[in-house]
Amino acid sequence: MFEKVWARHVVAEGPGGHVLLYIDRHLLHEGTTAAFGRLAKSGRRVRRPDLAFATADHYVQTSPASPAPDAEARTMIESLAHHTADQRIVHFGVGDLRRGIVHVIGPEQGLTVPGITLVCGDSHTATHGAFGALAFGIGSSEVEHVLATQTLWQKKPLTMRISVEGRLATGISAKDVILAIIATIGAGGGVRHAIEYAGSTIRAMSMDERMTVCNMSIEAGARAGMIAPDETTFAFIEGRPFAPRGDAWAQALAHWKTLPSDAGAVFDREVTLTAADIAPTVTWGTSPQDALPITGRVPDPAAVADAGRRESMARALAYMGLRPGTPLGEITVNRVFIGSCTNSRLEDLRAAACVVKGRRAVVPAWVVPGSGLIKRAAEAEGLDRVFVDAGFEWRDAGCSMCVGMNGDLAGEGERVASTSNRNFEGRQGKGARTHLMSPAMAAAAAVTGRLSDVRALGV
Amino acid sequence: MQPFTRLTAVAVPIDLPNVDTDRVIPARFLRKDRSVPEYASFLFRDVRFNADGSERPEFILNHQGFRGAGIVVAAENFGCGSSREAAVWALGAYGVRSVIAPSLGDIFHQNCFKNGLLPVILPGNVAADLRRQLHAQPGLSITVDLEAQTVTTPDGSRHRFDVDAFGKEMLLSGRDEIGLTLGYEAQIAEFEAHRAREMAWAVPPLAY
Repeated sequence: MFEKVWARHVVAEGPGGHVLLYIDRHLLHEGTTAAFGRLAKSGRRVRRPDLAFATADHYVQTSPASPAPDAEARTMIESLAHHTADQRIVHFGVGDLRRGIVHVIGPEQGLTVPGITLVCGDSHTATHGAFGALAFGIGSSEVEHVLATQTLWQKKPLTMRISVEGRLATGISAKDVILAIIATIGAGGGVRHAIEYAGSTIRAMSMDERMTVCNMSIEAGARAGMIAPDETTFAFIEGRPFAPRGDAWAQALAHWKTLPSDAGAVFDREVTLTAADIAPTVTWGTSPQDALPITGRVPDPAAVADAGRRESMARALAYMGLRPGTPLGEITVNRVFIGSCTNSRLEDLRAAACVVKGRRAVVPAWVVPGSGLIKRAAEAEGLDRVFVDAGFEWRDAGCSMCVGMNGDLAGEGERVASTSNRNFEGRQGKGARTHLMSPAMAAAAAVTGRLSDVRALGV
Repeated sequence: MQPFTRLTAVAVPIDLPNVDTDRVIPARFLRKDRSVPEYASFLFRDVRFNADGSERPEFILNHQGFRGAGIVVAAENFGCGSSREAAVWALGAYGVRSVIAPSLGDIFHQNCFKNGLLPVILPGNVAADLRRQLHAQPGLSITVDLEAQTVTTPDGSRHRFDVDAFGKEMLLSGRDEIGLTLGYEAQIAEFEAHRAREMAWAVPPLAY
């Protein structure tokens, strides 16, 4: 599948196996506006404003009171609005119900479709690979390059197929699947690779679930993660505002059906996991690979042979304030965050609400929907009432406490049960301690005040 | 872009694997213009300095001998995580022109090439041995030669490395990559014309 999409986008061959790759969609956010300034300074124009789409998510505070946490952030939000208006680029800005996390609204608007190349100045761009698109994160210089030329010089990555087979048990989610995958291949396991997720477990997933899996490809080191498009994919896309329609829909569908990998396709690396082996998973350290079943215990660095690994584990435990041997289910939390481009979609909110219903949050807990439209849809189902009645804060859409740059921060030493994607030191605020988990598990942590096995709550 | 040809500079070992770009430059500095004079102070901010701005003595760049290092010798998967190019800008502002590691985060790796920093991939055991030499005698210099694709270590041994031919050419010449690509305008236009016929659905309808 990767090869098919790649081959269709080669504009020219360059030296050393580099190709000039055509880019079909370019998503922008406030963090990528510096590229506009450099472009203007060098007297260049945006080549295809009709293929660029922008939204404000990273610097927007999700408190309904004020969208900008401070003057600098407000400048960034306004700068994006100014540049996109100037270049006639579609912008889902503050005040637009369609505004939301860039990786949530691309699919929601029908901008993300199979067989295209899609880039964004954000490492979680692999999310869009859930539709069979070749989607990857780029740096600021590459953003400028795409704006100017609608292409990128790229070297073809290696390919890796990760197959997950069998049925997931009750209480096990897509988040548990991807955390288990990262724990298996390691945070650097996918470096220089494009991943294809396959197998019956993946095929049985909804689009929301597939996006959760692809989203965290970068946490396994891979810039891109893809899933073959199928009827689930097509049904999700059809009728969305920017999706192909009429004759174009029929042509698109015919092409998309040719995309899945052929029966004899060869990958540079194959990995297989069994769904039955996957439990509700939480992280204990400061790398997403530091993940274990909730039934486990904080590991002991002393039991590790490799000196480098031992040292990094000890450092992680010191930062996290954890002792080896502590049962994970006994770790108390100070705060809960349900949101981010990994887990802020309607199904995520439903899964969390299902756990919360009839219970009370015993620690401060936030729910941050991925987009204005998701927020509205959740409210139409009464999910907001479930959360608010349980003492949760029901916030506006944005990256919020996942990214630590918009004023939504956890305090020094605070322990957060979070549905986001990174447990790096300082990610959710200086000195904040992050445990990654699924929305249902984060909801369970909110109502019990500790990391908890959602299966024990009888949901 | 400043070209990269050959560099002899003090090298600093960083032993921690999976150093993420949030650690290299925390998110709160991403809004800062990279031309501000204090940009170099954002590098490794939260592990290098205390909240009051004083140095954290345990951090290696604060050790005598490693201050002002021009080369980083890192462990596996250095620069993983966020795509922030500011990680490379902060290294560059500090004076680092080359990062040597057994593997690098893919996006960080690309970002290096765009900013005149040479990423060098050496086998894990070679990089580990190099870090040991640097720890044993702080302040030693390494020579990185891009033309010859070699790293010469303090003990005089020379290691060849592979580098993308495209990235090598861009670094050696310091060429403006966008300028180069704009020279492909005819091919890009032809590609677009072909797509408009064969894959018209790939351009979103104007639903705005």
